[in-house]
Amino acid sequence: MVTDNVDLDIEGIAGDGERAIAGAASTDALAEVESELLGKRSVLSRAHRSLGSLSPEERKDAGRRLNEVRARLEEQAAARRAELAEAERGEALRADRLDLTEVIPSSVLSPPARGHLHLVSQARAELEDLFVGMGFTVAEGPEAESDWYNFEALNIPPSHPARDMYDTMYLEVGEPETVLLRTHTSPVQIHLMEEAVRDGTLPIHAVMPGKCYRLDTPDARHLPVFNQIEGLVVDRGITFGDLAGTIQLFTEAYFGPGMQSRLRPAYFPFTEPSAEYEITCTICLGEGCRTCSHTGWIELGGCGMVDPAVFIAVGIDPAEWSGFAFGFGIDRLAQMRHEVPDMRSFVENDIRFLSQF
Amino acid sequence: MRAPLSWLRDFAPFPDDVGAVRAALDDLGLVVEAIEHVGEGLGDVVVAKVLNKEAIKGADKIQLVTVDAGADPLGIVCGANNFELGDRVPLAPVGAILPGGDAIERRKMRGVWSNGMLCSGKELGLSDDQAGLLILGDEAPGAPGTPLTEALGLEPDVVLDITVEGNRPDAWSMAGIARDLAARLGLPFVEPEPPDPPASGHPVESAASASVGSLDLCPRLTATVLDHVTVGPSPQWIARRLLLAGMRPINNVVDASNYVMLELGQPTHPYDLALLPGRGLSVRRAERGEKVVTLDGTERTVGVPGRSLGDTGNDCLICDAEGTPVGIGGIMGGASSEISESTTEVLLEAAYFMPMAIARTSRRLGLRTEASARFERGCDPWGIEPSVRRFCQLLGESVPGLRVADGLLDVRGEVPEPFVVFVPIARVHRQIGVELGAEEIARLLEPIGFTELFQTEARPGSPHDTLVIQVPTNRPDVRPEPFGIDDVIEEIARTFGYSNVPRHVPTWPQPGGLTTLQRSRRLAKDVLCGLGASEGWTDSFVSASAHRDVGLTGSEVRVANPLDAEKPFLRRSLMPGLLGALSYNASRRQPDVRLFEVGVVFSHPGEGSPRLVERAGAGGRETAELPGERELLTAVFAQEHDDARIAVAAWQVVADAFRLDRVRLSPPGEGRPPLPGLHPTRSAHLVVAPPDTAWDAASNADDNLVIGSVGEIDPDVATRFGLTRVAGNAIAPRRIGWLEVDLGLLFDAVKVPRRTVVGGAVSRFPSSDVDLAFVVEDRVPADVVADALRAAAGDLLESVRLFDVYRGAGIAEGARSLAYRLRFCSPERTLTDEEVGELRGRCIEVVEQEFRAVLR
Repeated sequence: MVTDNVDLDIEGIAGDGERAIAGAASTDALAEVESELLGKRSVLSRAHRSLGSLSPEERKDAGRRLNEVRARLEEQAAARRAELAEAERGEALRADRLDLTEVIPSSVLSPPARGHLHLVSQARAELEDLFVGMGFTVAEGPEAESDWYNFEALNIPPSHPARDMYDTMYLEVGEPETVLLRTHTSPVQIHLMEEAVRDGTLPIHAVMPGKCYRLDTPDARHLPVFNQIEGLVVDRGITFGDLAGTIQLFTEAYFGPGMQSRLRPAYFPFTEPSAEYEITCTICLGEGCRTCSHTGWIELGGCGMVDPAVFIAVGIDPAEWSGFAFGFGIDRLAQMRHEVPDMRSFVENDIRFLSQF
Repeated sequence: MRAPLSWLRDFAPFPDDVGAVRAALDDLGLVVEAIEHVGEGLGDVVVAKVLNKEAIKGADKIQLVTVDAGADPLGIVCGANNFELGDRVPLAPVGAILPGGDAIERRKMRGVWSNGMLCSGKELGLSDDQAGLLILGDEAPGAPGTPLTEALGLEPDVVLDITVEGNRPDAWSMAGIARDLAARLGLPFVEPEPPDPPASGHPVESAASASVGSLDLCPRLTATVLDHVTVGPSPQWIARRLLLAGMRPINNVVDASNYVMLELGQPTHPYDLALLPGRGLSVRRAERGEKVVTLDGTERTVGVPGRSLGDTGNDCLICDAEGTPVGIGGIMGGASSEISESTTEVLLEAAYFMPMAIARTSRRLGLRTEASARFERGCDPWGIEPSVRRFCQLLGESVPGLRVADGLLDVRGEVPEPFVVFVPIARVHRQIGVELGAEEIARLLEPIGFTELFQTEARPGSPHDTLVIQVPTNRPDVRPEPFGIDDVIEEIARTFGYSNVPRHVPTWPQPGGLTTLQRSRRLAKDVLCGLGASEGWTDSFVSASAHRDVGLTGSEVRVANPLDAEKPFLRRSLMPGLLGALSYNASRRQPDVRLFEVGVVFSHPGEGSPRLVERAGAGGRETAELPGERELLTAVFAQEHDDARIAVAAWQVVADAFRLDRVRLSPPGEGRPPLPGLHPTRSAHLVVAPPDTAWDAASNADDNLVIGSVGEIDPDVATRFGLTRVAGNAIAPRRIGWLEVDLGLLFDAVKVPRRTVVGGAVSRFPSSDVDLAFVVEDRVPADVVADALRAAAGDLLESVRLFDVYRGAGIAEGARSLAYRLRFCSPERTLTDEEVGELRGRCIEVVEQEFRAVLR
């Protein structure tokens, strides 16, 4: 019987227990083994309960040995449990593996992807922000205009040869050739100055972005509907040197430090003196290349001091106020910045094109 | 304008450094577009005489030509066939290197050896002619073997291709370019003074007559008579210069006229006097509808006002003394009195025409000539005499016996005279930003013909305050005062050098910034990007069918001169453009696309709201109605599973971004049809609910502001744009979501009120939810029920949200179950079950009573 073989039993129990613990293949199996070895109904507990039948010395000795065995088994079970838990975690993690290069955004995102602002919108916003930082407000105006706002107030009277510079689209509204699609954003200048005179809010420091229209056959570098931005400063004591300084500041801010600008005499009916505005060629950085016809410079736009005839047309006294204006194409800048070979892709609305920007 | 450097050197000793010349011209605003080196690399080319031509067996494009080039006859294989035996042609012998860099080698072609190359004008860089060999005529004397440069009197030259701005007619001539350039380079400019022709004792008045009936169009007409004229080729140097400047030599008379125009900028016109009935010229206004045959052989109708603003049809005709038109004044002569080989008497017309009249006529007739381009910009009315003398001098070179009648027939009206402009020096400083003294300014201006009158009594103040500048008559770009002040200042700045003006960045105390509308527009675009839509840019012009295809009828604004005749209308909707963009993408296997566009649409002034502009017409003296313009934010949703619902959800995100709280979806009804192009039963208008009233179907009044529409594209419209899919065996239209909002209204916080946020603190106490599901008839919109719940729940309501809609078993036909979750919360305490129960009861009662709804 058990009680007869206490000595043998203790070693036997220890040996069986150790083998069972080592043999447990999972944390769950180990928990079962532990319950069998160390629980209330375990051999060890039963042996402990049977100690009462022994002599005090035997009891003391057997009790000590039983406690040693229990402690040893508990220690081994804990070690085994840690070992098994570690292995099981590793297995679970392996099973949970996700190849992050397999993520299909549309299957996890709703909406599937962010849309893209048109590259011209981005260029326009960047230019607006830049000029706002330089103290300009942003003004806008209508796309259909009367002849007066687009031409005459800008010192281009009817039949003036300078009208040939603008291939104008006229609208069949009212008398022939009295209503047109603006050929430049300059009519906004006239509206701004008229308002400032009416409201007594001179000076003006504004840029005017917007859509313009010319009867130009579309090609790689021209669109009949295009975006321009103009600047107008009307204030006391504004000089040509201020214009040149503003242009240079803008050039460096937009194209990067070290980029130079230069002004060359030109003719625009609404400015006097007038200038063509050129910048260091962005392709060759002034070394000379095909893009800049080996001059190191590329033409960006026109500028000049507001012609007194324009001031007088809107009721500003040119003896008291002076000002400058400048303007250039936004589309062209966007095209240059992203090296888009053909501007016609701007209006094709191919999603593959749009989503690049 | 093509300006040979050798020609410019007639006026000043310009340096050989072409780079420096170019830089100076560029900085003067006379931009050099191209530089052409001519006559270089021709040192090896010689004159050769054609001795024999023979065919090469098996070759019909080339032949063997035997030439005499001064030594033994040479056999040359040649592709041209425009020459005869005995003609003299240029030969590039073996070893020669042509201007283009081609080295000539001994080559075998079709088994025949070619010992050099016979050249065309183009191959030698002498002309644009590449049709055949350059046949050397009398202008190139020289025996075979003579170097070509010697035969042609050629010296290497540089031709500068200069763009002259429209306001500088004076610089549209060799003399004008040279004047500016000499001033910049500090070189003496010598204006040639052609001598008066020798007196002939033959007064011009007895030789011809001249009269002007329309001095307003032609303020000055002069005529000179030359006889004993022999028409023939020009001297070689004249022909050569004309060629270099890009004009074809014709005969000595016409060439002299062209030469004078290129050199001095004054167009003249020679007539065969014998062919002018009445032996004279009369200038008059064209009669309405009169017909003139011009030199180019075209019959043109004149005297009829054109469409252009201010075009009165006042055309100036040059007629013979009997009044029959022989040309259009300042633009083109007529064929009837053209110079021919039999001409012996020449009448030379040199006139000054009103620039605007020439511009008007030339523009309307679509007739641009070298003469009209100069006259419309303004020629020097006092440059006529030297031009005429120069003409006589030039023609005299080839006609030694030339006789010029004494005097000039000269009819004058109001001819522009030199005038002075008072330029305050302070204004010069203020405009340019450089302190220049009076003497310094005078030094800059004198060389270009602007004189500072230091000794004048007219000057107000001292010479240190005000400059008195006399403006030369060859500078019509300088206007009288007050504008002339800045015109003179431009000349000061230009001659001083724009690049020498110190740069300065101005600052001002006013802040910059975007307007609310501009910031809102950016936010709206950003919101749509966040919803997966990309921004497109569609055409402002549409075809008539495009508007019909989206169900738009009524007036359209037509472009009078459209670029694409198929698309003459201004768009009234962005729908044709965006649906077109969808089908463009779909046809490229990209059907799943979301796009948006912010753009202007136009309405005819006869419809809707025209824009009244007070400054219109000539001089801005009239009032005009312009097309109405609205800026729209539109988005089209065509990804898989997209339909009206995504558009509604998108609108809610937009509305939340702008904190709109009174815009409701209102289905189309009797008084308010669906937006053209949208699905009648799957679309709604975005309507601003009136303030402080419960929103119900009855208050969906027509006078409530509509700011846009949302929904699905009408299936028929989708089909018209090819936006279909395969459904079983059939083709079905795709469901496409559409959102369209008027930006002007959306961003108008007065018309479209925003949720006001004050403080914005949230309650620290727990909230309680109540879910209520009602069976409501279909006629009652779900947001109307929500509004009623909101009103009934009162201030303790934190939010109300529709979370389930159910139709089907257990629900009557024509109704559906709407389940709302109401969340109650107090900022001050935790709500008790009793309080929430009471609120719940009130909500149920209101909805059941107002809508005959039943709680489920």
